[in-house]
Amino acid sequence: MSPHTEHQASQGPAPLDVNDPKLTRFDIVREGARRDDIEIVHYEPQVLPGTKAERRLTRVVAGFFLITGLAATAFLAIYIWWPWQYEAGRGGDKFYTPLLGFTLGVALLAVGFGILTWGKKLLPKEVSIQDRHEGQVDSEGRTITGQTMLYMADELGVKRRPLLGISLLAGLAPVAAVAAAPLVGGLISQPHKNNQMFTTGFATAEGGQRIRLVREDGRPIRPADISTGGQLTVFPGIDHGVSNKHADSPTLLIHLRDSDAQESRRANERIGHGDYMWGNYAAFSKICTHAGCPASLYEQQTNRLLCPCHQSQFLITDNARPVFGPASRRLPQLPIEVDSEGFFVAKSDYTETVGPDFWERP
Amino acid sequence: MKRRKFDLAATPGKAAVGVDDRFAVATPLRKLLNKVFPDHWSFLLGEIALFSFVVLLLTGVFLTFFFEPAMTEVVYDGSYAPLQGTPMSAAYASSLDISFDVRGGLVMRQMHHWAALLFMAAIVVHMLRVFFTGAFRKPRETNWIIGSLLFWVGFLAGFTGYSLPDDGLSGTGLRIASAIMLSIPVIGSWVTSSIFGGEFPGTIIISRFFIAHVLLIPGLLVALISVHLGLVFKQKHTQWPGPGRTNNNVVGERMFPRYALKQGGFFMVVFGVIALMGGLFQINPIWLFGPYEAWVVSAASQPDWYVMFLDGSTRLMPAWEINIPIGDGYVIPPLFWPTVVLPGILVGLSTMYPFLEARQLKDRKSHNLLERPRDAPARTAVGAMAVAFYVVLTLSGANDVIADKFQISLNAMTWAGRIGLLVAPPLAYYVTYRLCLGLQQHDREVLAHGVETGIIRRLPDGRFVEVHQPLSAANGHADGHGQLDYVGWVVPKKMNRLGALGPAIRGFFYPIEKPVEAPVSPGHPPVEPRPEREEVGSGESRH
Repeated sequence: MSPHTEHQASQGPAPLDVNDPKLTRFDIVREGARRDDIEIVHYEPQVLPGTKAERRLTRVVAGFFLITGLAATAFLAIYIWWPWQYEAGRGGDKFYTPLLGFTLGVALLAVGFGILTWGKKLLPKEVSIQDRHEGQVDSEGRTITGQTMLYMADELGVKRRPLLGISLLAGLAPVAAVAAAPLVGGLISQPHKNNQMFTTGFATAEGGQRIRLVREDGRPIRPADISTGGQLTVFPGIDHGVSNKHADSPTLLIHLRDSDAQESRRANERIGHGDYMWGNYAAFSKICTHAGCPASLYEQQTNRLLCPCHQSQFLITDNARPVFGPASRRLPQLPIEVDSEGFFVAKSDYTETVGPDFWERP
Repeated sequence: MKRRKFDLAATPGKAAVGVDDRFAVATPLRKLLNKVFPDHWSFLLGEIALFSFVVLLLTGVFLTFFFEPAMTEVVYDGSYAPLQGTPMSAAYASSLDISFDVRGGLVMRQMHHWAALLFMAAIVVHMLRVFFTGAFRKPRETNWIIGSLLFWVGFLAGFTGYSLPDDGLSGTGLRIASAIMLSIPVIGSWVTSSIFGGEFPGTIIISRFFIAHVLLIPGLLVALISVHLGLVFKQKHTQWPGPGRTNNNVVGERMFPRYALKQGGFFMVVFGVIALMGGLFQINPIWLFGPYEAWVVSAASQPDWYVMFLDGSTRLMPAWEINIPIGDGYVIPPLFWPTVVLPGILVGLSTMYPFLEARQLKDRKSHNLLERPRDAPARTAVGAMAVAFYVVLTLSGANDVIADKFQISLNAMTWAGRIGLLVAPPLAYYVTYRLCLGLQQHDREVLAHGVETGIIRRLPDGRFVEVHQPLSAANGHADGHGQLDYVGWVVPKKMNRLGALGPAIRGFFYPIEKPVEAPVSPGHPPVEPRPEREEVGSGESRH
């Protein structure tokens, strides 16, 4: 005898004898539900066997399953025979992915709707009520389990033999550290190796060689290459200077109009950067001081540089001071001049930290 | 030799006996088959998340067969002509290969992305359902906490996932992520440098994100989802109030066969919708963005929708830099507050909410019956406040696109967001609170006076009154009908809901058999029409 029968006996009618041959199968189902504290209070077929409605629903469900078969077959046929390799222009390959998705989607939706119709329309409706046993605290069980655990603690005798506890802790603490050590030790990386956070690709090479400003394709730049009011993204003319290895080096070289250039020079002088410009040319870091996106949208009319990620705006003619948005620090300016061959070079590296801010930025 | 006759019909029965002899599963299996689940459409929202997760696992495994999580530079020579000959990372090249050179790869990739968006959307909507109906109350606080964590773990899964292709858009996202880590006071540069293996971008971040995305985070998700479902199973689902429903029972359907069949069908439908979206709607066309280069970005670079609220908070943050003049000076950049502190506060507030509310209401009881949002105005209003906060942030995450499309000044959009973030939540609180009270009042009014019939009657003294249909039978009250108590469930407010309209006749072109009775759903208990309906009285006339 299972505990359920005892339980039932205490609160309901006596359990049925499930081996009684007079019982229908549903009687046994209902008895099983009762043993799980479930009362099936309402159980009503939605369609009667043999009716027109039943035949119709059966056809609907079968129809859905057949659609699935057709769509899945279509999927396979398209997968195998449809031209799928990319070709320029408006070839049939552009329909490959949509057709696959469509046939797969139809196949899955149809099988879904078929199953749903089967379950929702053909199976009897029911309302069952199951007891939650809410608030019935098994206080005896709590006592037994609690006492068992306390007994186990007593048996271990940590209270009586405190040395065991202390030595266990003392032994295990370093073991935990051992588990963490390879992870931390392996991952940790000194952020200020080679002073990397404060230097860029424009740092003067050994031997005082100044770094040229180059285009994306590596060619150096003459002043005449940029028209008045124009701007160009430039990179350090070193190995991999254009690549992501020097992700903090991209610089915007701007050819300012006369009046703007004068304003910029005055602003430069105010902060002691008097010699940073060359003629009407100024170069500012393109890496936003806020979150590091390239501040790349330059508005000629207002001399504002906008970062498209969070809309910080920098006024170029005022030392690229942030005038709107979340950036709090101006874009560093690269001191530039033209070398004897007539190409732009950096006089030195940036004198301020390039890129997003961090705790120990001086 | 005499062959024993093989009885096919008896085989399953024999096999079942054999299994039960060994594992003794008959009774536990019966309990499982019999378990009762309450039914309501709003209980299906969490399942959309679960089913999307299954699709994510299936499509994700497919993608791992072809993706190469490496940042080594290669020159692209796949079939997408516009990028041929371009140097790029192996990760980006293999993502392009999945899109162009793996047969059916693109539909899998797009299904994976759509399933991820749907997963997060379903989590959010499910969370709102649980919040606004009070389903998080004792004894289900643990499941609420797990659910909140699932959002954030899903967020990480999404971010690490869409960073993997290493295209122009996701690289910008990684750049911002590195800046966010850098902004953490004291340890920021160490954290960033340790995660990226040196200065951004380094050469290892994609392979680290890959293992996080395909092993660590999915493992955590599977664990959390299993506990989440296990607890729903153990604690039994909540239910709406209604006839026969108490705090101490579950009224619904047994799990098998009908409920399980409906779940299976619903899974197929979710799967099918994801397949349709994955095939028909383009998402994240990485080949248009090009490989990531630190100096290239385009306007309207938005993250996936569930990250947009953090993008918005970052955009709205004023440029408040905190300088600490000790030694060489230290900085707390403005980026720190909206991207590290704000999510921290959100995690804390959302996980603690069940305890805060219980403490405020001094409520230590277990609740298995749901509350309609209108019946808990303070909670509903707090929820509306949170939604308003979130919506302002999310819209601000797209404020450049809105400014562009609607010809609004970008700066005006930013200021609208800043002001909106402060003004909209309290406003939402007030409006929602009043709406809840109004709805409550209307429910009580209908219970007391009856449903508006739309019939206007002229009284002998010339006044016009609307005739009301009372909801309860006459009980000798002075009014001619009794007052009903509100029981926490839908009050009929239209005559049609009282059976004034006959049940619809089914059939597409012609009626099928005789009109059936109005459907009986556990969620919508049938409302019996009054026995005699000639006695239509005026709701007003008794005053």
